[in-house]
Amino acid sequence: MRTIELTVNDRVHKLDVKENDILLDVLRKKLNLTGAKEGCGEGECGACTVIMDGEAVTSCLILAVEADGSEIETIEGQSIGEEISDIQEAFIEENAIQCGFCTPGMVMTTKALLDENPNPSDEEIDIALSGNICRCTGYYSIRDAVKSAAEKKGGNK
Amino acid sequence: MTEEMIGKSVKRVKALEKVTGNATFVHDMEVQGMLHAKMKLSPHAHAKIVNIDTSEAERLPGVWSVLTGKDLPYKVGLYLVDKDILAVDKVRYQGEPVAAVAAETEEIASKAIELIEVEYEELDYVLDVKEAAKEDAPLVHEDLDELERAPVFFPKEGTNIAHHTKIRKGDIGQGFKEADYIIENEFELPMVDHTAMETHTSIAQWLPGKKVKIWSSAQSPFAVRNLLANGLSLNHQDIEVNVPYVGGGFGGKAGIHFEPLVTCLSRASEGRPVKIVMSRMEEFNSVPVRQGLYSKLKTGVTKDGDIVAQETEFLWDSGANADYGVNVTRAAATAGAGPYEIDNVKLDSKTVYTNKIFGTAYRGFGHLEILWAVERQMDLIADELGMSPYEFRMKNALRRGSETITGEHIGESHGKITECLEAVADEIGFDDRSSDDLAENEKRGKGIALLHKAPAMPTNTGTAAFLKFNENGTVDLTLSLVDYGQGTYTALAQIVADQLDMPIDKINVVWEQNTQMQPYDWQTVASKGLFMSGNATIKACEDMKRQMKEVASQPLRASVEDLIIEDEKVKIRHHKDQYVTFEELAMGYTYPNGNGIGGPLVARGNYIAQGLSDIDPETGQGHPALDWTYGAHAVEVIVNEETGEFRVEKIASAFDLGKVINKKNVIGQIQGGVIQGYGSAVMEHYQFSDEGRLLTNTFTDYKVPTIADIPELKPILIENAQKDGPYGARGVAEHPMISVPPAVANAVQDAIGIKLKEMPVIPEKVYELIEENKDN
Ligand code: FES
Ligand code: FES
Repeated sequence: MRTIELTVNDRVHKLDVKENDILLDVLRKKLNLTGAKEGCGEGECGACTVIMDGEAVTSCLILAVEADGSEIETIEGQSIGEEISDIQEAFIEENAIQCGFCTPGMVMTTKALLDENPNPSDEEIDIALSGNICRCTGYYSIRDAVKSAAEKKGGNK
Repeated sequence: MTEEMIGKSVKRVKALEKVTGNATFVHDMEVQGMLHAKMKLSPHAHAKIVNIDTSEAERLPGVWSVLTGKDLPYKVGLYLVDKDILAVDKVRYQGEPVAAVAAETEEIASKAIELIEVEYEELDYVLDVKEAAKEDAPLVHEDLDELERAPVFFPKEGTNIAHHTKIRKGDIGQGFKEADYIIENEFELPMVDHTAMETHTSIAQWLPGKKVKIWSSAQSPFAVRNLLANGLSLNHQDIEVNVPYVGGGFGGKAGIHFEPLVTCLSRASEGRPVKIVMSRMEEFNSVPVRQGLYSKLKTGVTKDGDIVAQETEFLWDSGANADYGVNVTRAAATAGAGPYEIDNVKLDSKTVYTNKIFGTAYRGFGHLEILWAVERQMDLIADELGMSPYEFRMKNALRRGSETITGEHIGESHGKITECLEAVADEIGFDDRSSDDLAENEKRGKGIALLHKAPAMPTNTGTAAFLKFNENGTVDLTLSLVDYGQGTYTALAQIVADQLDMPIDKINVVWEQNTQMQPYDWQTVASKGLFMSGNATIKACEDMKRQMKEVASQPLRASVEDLIIEDEKVKIRHHKDQYVTFEELAMGYTYPNGNGIGGPLVARGNYIAQGLSDIDPETGQGHPALDWTYGAHAVEVIVNEETGEFRVEKIASAFDLGKVINKKNVIGQIQGGVIQGYGSAVMEHYQFSDEGRLLTNTFTDYKVPTIADIPELKPILIENAQKDGPYGARGVAEHPMISVPPAVANAVQDAIGIKLKEMPVIPEKVYELIEENKDN
């Protein structure tokens, strides 16, 4: 057991974790943040994506102890009360959601991309999102949502 | 009049819950006191279980129960009840569960699984479907005669044939005599996985009095209830099945899966709830897949391009169980000539057991598979005749007045495949083969493929819907059809809004399913959802309108016939300023003096498939199709004729879906379906070692399309109304993925002349055929 400190969606948590605890499990089971999903547990699907110190990461591949001291953003931190983010708004408007299982990961990957590159080209969008599998939408609406979110945020004009 | 609802792209129901991470999937659920289950899987394709030693696992602290097949003398299934919950006496595929544990944590459960010792004696196994169909093949099931089954299936004792559908139309011998050319080809395609992003997950809690409460990532709560009741001899009423948000299904979550196992584990664990979550690897190894298919087609054509006879053999690689496979075999056979009119047909479709993971429903229900063969065959014939594949299809396509191979007549209410064909050919510029923009060795090719499919379901399939008003004049719609991404609930909300003339935001489609609360629905499958539940919902709305008018006629002092529904009010037709609002009626109307009449408003509607009949076991003649949805794809591809590398530049896809209810959603459904079909076409396939071990059991080895793989796509919506569909709509959920593979292969053939007969179409295979061609 080790005590770690995680700042998740601006809230500081001190947590006792085992050396082999996975960040995704800690978020889901200890902090009840079940928005991030496990689609594969092996870094191949992106359903577990969260932002750690500004970077989109697959949290199923990260040990909780490795995340000690870091700042983490999850899907739960993207909306405040009834207010949702531009990205979330764009996902709804562009119909980029079907079953919704991949959606939290998609939104977080998109956020990391647009934070870094407010005005991405189609190709940059494809590269950034190619680690996130969606089996429902065929991705066209997701690509549109990323573009429209960029526009809402002032980029991609 | 409230704004026009039908055809409008209203926002998807529950999108907010999904986009904020608040949608709760079974994956996310915990129940007080919950234990975790893990399974021990067979490492062998076929082996006798000599002994299972569970003693060490049982002694491990934190373990509540350990079960093996001996503890579970039940078979579970829908059509051919051949599935053990845990293997009994022998294992039939690598990945088959042989034992299971429920423990306080996943870690303890995994540890316990490692402590279970299984002694096997390996048996001869059979992996190839053609081998398996032979008389002397090792038998996968020895007890075919003893299995319970639906009366329309005919397993053949002493063989691996779980079912044989025969279709006989016209005089096949005579047909071939009339032919100028006879063209014979064989085609193959491998098993593939649904890869819904939420793996199969179930929780069960055994309760006193032989009651069970279940939460499951299932497509069909009532099918789970029915099959569990039958399998475990429980009372239907004592089983409560809950289905919250489901992370994709595509047929893979139809029927029943791990619910019986967790139910038995909970029973053995003093009623502690037990959860099982498939790891992605288990999902690949131990959860059913789309069947493989071997096809042999022999087609007779005249020199003018008339198809006069076709003899077909389908051998379905059903894997170790055929519970669902038998129905895929049957349903696909009824569409087995493709969307063409052929007078003389002999078709044999057989479900064959092999020692591999078993097959189940997958979006398209056998039609992607058969149309791989049929639509490749069409291009191979056109090539032989020197005819354009477009003209050849146009000449033979089913149209009004045509007779299908089961003797149904294409009539007024059916869609038009010829319009779909025309639309995609136009969109892709089928006649244009310009090559100015191409690099050295590159060739441009264009391919077309048609598709058709009707819902495959029992002839008496039924569904129902309830409507109720809330105090403030809003309405809840409850039904058991599950929306795991299709968007059906949004379309149904639009239908209620239109029928009751209300704003859409006052309609709530109750999301989470519960078999005690919601009315019956057979299963969420077969592209029947909008068609059947749409009709049931319209009937519920009519019932509601009738009730509201009956109550309102009293304070309005007008007869029911003189009342209309408009703008959330019941009005007198010719004195529209005299009305009662829905809100005033919702809980019963109250007169100014306090007298109440009516009562809280509840309404119901139901729908049953109409006019269907079982097909004749010897000739296949009958009426199996509720409605035929037709479609077509055209594909443009650029192929390097030296290396075999290719890129799909564009896909155009047209469907005659009768009537668009929600444009954005149906386009989304088409995009998703076409890309799933594209995955089948160019990358996805199960690969096994010679010993029958699955080699492709991670996303590293089993690739599915990502955002970086998708070609340009143009969906085209054609609307020739289905007379008995809601607003004229017919189902289009499965169709987008059907026939994408042959369209791609036809384009490759068009580009460089090679004749692909095996799916998927991958550069290695294209290269091989290029080299073969050079050698000849
Ligand atoms: S669950 Fe982490 S990448 Fe799939
Ligand atoms: S919406 Fe279902 S996986 Fe993306």
